Amino acid sequence: MKVDKLKKLRPGWGILPVVIFLAIWEVVARLNLTPGQFFFPPFSTVVGEFYYLTANGVLGDNFLSSLVRVLIGFCAGSIAGLAIGMIMGWRDFVHKALNPIISLLYPIPALGWLPLLMLWLGIGEALPITIIFICSFFPVLYNTVTGIRNVDKDYIRVARTLGASDAKILTTVVVPLALPNIFTGLRLEAGMAWRVIIAAEMVAIPTGIGALMMRAESLIRIDIIIVCLIVLAVMCLSFEKFFEYLEAKLTTKWR
Amino acid sequence: MPSIRLENISKYICRDVNLEIFNKELLVLLGPNGAGKTTLLNIIAGLTHYNGSVLFDSEPVDKLAPSKRGVGYLFQDLFLFPHLDVTSNIAYGLRAQKQAQNELQGRVEELLQLMKIRHLAARYPKHLSGGEKQRVALARALVLSPKVLLLDEPLSSLDMQTAKYLRIELKQLQKKLGITTIYVTHDLAEAEEMADRIAIIQDGHVQQVGRPEEVFFYPINEVVSDFIGAPNILRCDHCRSLGQGVMEVDCGGLNIVIPDDGNMVRRIALFPRDLYISETKPPGPEVNRFKGTITSIRSCGDAVRLEVRVGQHSLLAEVPNHIFEDMDLTVDKEVFMILKLRRIKVYEDRDRG
Repeated sequence: MKVDKLKKLRPGWGILPVVIFLAIWEVVARLNLTPGQFFFPPFSTVVGEFYYLTANGVLGDNFLSSLVRVLIGFCAGSIAGLAIGMIMGWRDFVHKALNPIISLLYPIPALGWLPLLMLWLGIGEALPITIIFICSFFPVLYNTVTGIRNVDKDYIRVARTLGASDAKILTTVVVPLALPNIFTGLRLEAGMAWRVIIAAEMVAIPTGIGALMMRAESLIRIDIIIVCLIVLAVMCLSFEKFFEYLEAKLTTKWR
Repeated sequence: MPSIRLENISKYICRDVNLEIFNKELLVLLGPNGAGKTTLLNIIAGLTHYNGSVLFDSEPVDKLAPSKRGVGYLFQDLFLFPHLDVTSNIAYGLRAQKQAQNELQGRVEELLQLMKIRHLAARYPKHLSGGEKQRVALARALVLSPKVLLLDEPLSSLDMQTAKYLRIELKQLQKKLGITTIYVTHDLAEAEEMADRIAIIQDGHVQQVGRPEEVFFYPINEVVSDFIGAPNILRCDHCRSLGQGVMEVDCGGLNIVIPDDGNMVRRIALFPRDLYISETKPPGPEVNRFKGTITSIRSCGDAVRLEVRVGQHSLLAEVPNHIFEDMDLTVDKEVFMILKLRRIKVYEDRDRG
């Protein structure tokens, strides 16, 4: 019983380095041990600003703008990547037809598309969503194709002798066996989507966490910038952890 | 259950293969790796294109998809679906055929009982032992009540003890279900134990088909003889019981003592690997010990084959390389041969020679 309780307490120890880090931060800033106190506010000031920005709705509005863009872009990009990836992985002729194009476009960083999309789409909601779509689409597509093509062909032959149709084989054998690969793509891009949206908002969009950071920079509000960075870090981590959890839930039993 | 006929089948290494598998029999396809055994199974299952014709009960099935041929296939590496538990693995074929849930449950339950794996129903393949996986894969192959069962070296990945046990079970099950079965192996002992008939296949050609004793005692050519271990076949002129569960047979002047199970012995087979060679007179009674002269020596992979003249017979013996190196064996040298009593294969039923 005592051992169980200790085991439950153990994750709490992981917070200790964070607490020490925050304490050092607070002390260093309070004692003005850095050149220029404007450039390094204490942690307590950041917490105060976080509370203030939350209470007056500024953080909430900007966060919501970024979140909606990420969710729409990421979901659309992932679904499209999954669907096209499944077809490419399953049908050789589709793979042969599309692979050269995909191979050419895949290495382009998502933000590389920004100038082109600004001209094509203009400054508006479609722009960040499209950037996130591109950011999610290619890696998910690539990992899905790889996962499906790597499934041992003998599993397919077994299913075929048991009378399964192509659609049934794809959905009940091939895709489940490709899940680990698919999740690798989803997990990596879930965090990447947040990094990209912040960059896009900083450069071209007037709302969202990235835009809030740029406004804070012009007002030399380091505390607000740090609040935004913490929000960004938490969101990246949360998205990645969500997919890690989902992957574990779906595959741990049999892997 | 149907009989199967292969007519002029050609694919990869297989060239103009003709073969008939009788209704309800267990035919073992025996041959070395790369001989074309698995290719033939894939052709019968309809998993590959081929030239020629496959007939089930005289009806061509060449145009039928694998799922329509009524074939159960147990692959060499089993390929249990790792993401499905035992129940779902077995039920896969029924779900694919959109069977009603209650029928599905009943059939799966029946197979769990038949294969004695009821207690494994909720486990995933990664938590099963080799033998358990084998049973699950067999249950999955049987779930659609196939007319023909194809087994591709199903026991090759198991330890010897488990494989031996499962061989017995598999044979009993095959007889109980009365299902026409083709069993692929490269293991001679396994083939002998399992087969109603054996088809020896090498380089894509069926060399000989027959009951195990026919193949062992009447190898049709050198290819077959070599594959089954190049046995020395001796015709028995007389036999006489010595009591104590042994009998003496006279094979053209060689008196050999063999186990006695009460039947007349027509022929005996002495496998070269079971003949001991000694440079000095071996100790013990002078039973199954013969003096002879080496007439030829030739290398044969990891062993050396010696031809030894004993009376009117020329017997082939095999000595592993590392033992041969320690001996001083040359042509024309006199040596002693010792036969292992329990390794002498006996043909009792009938004589074609």
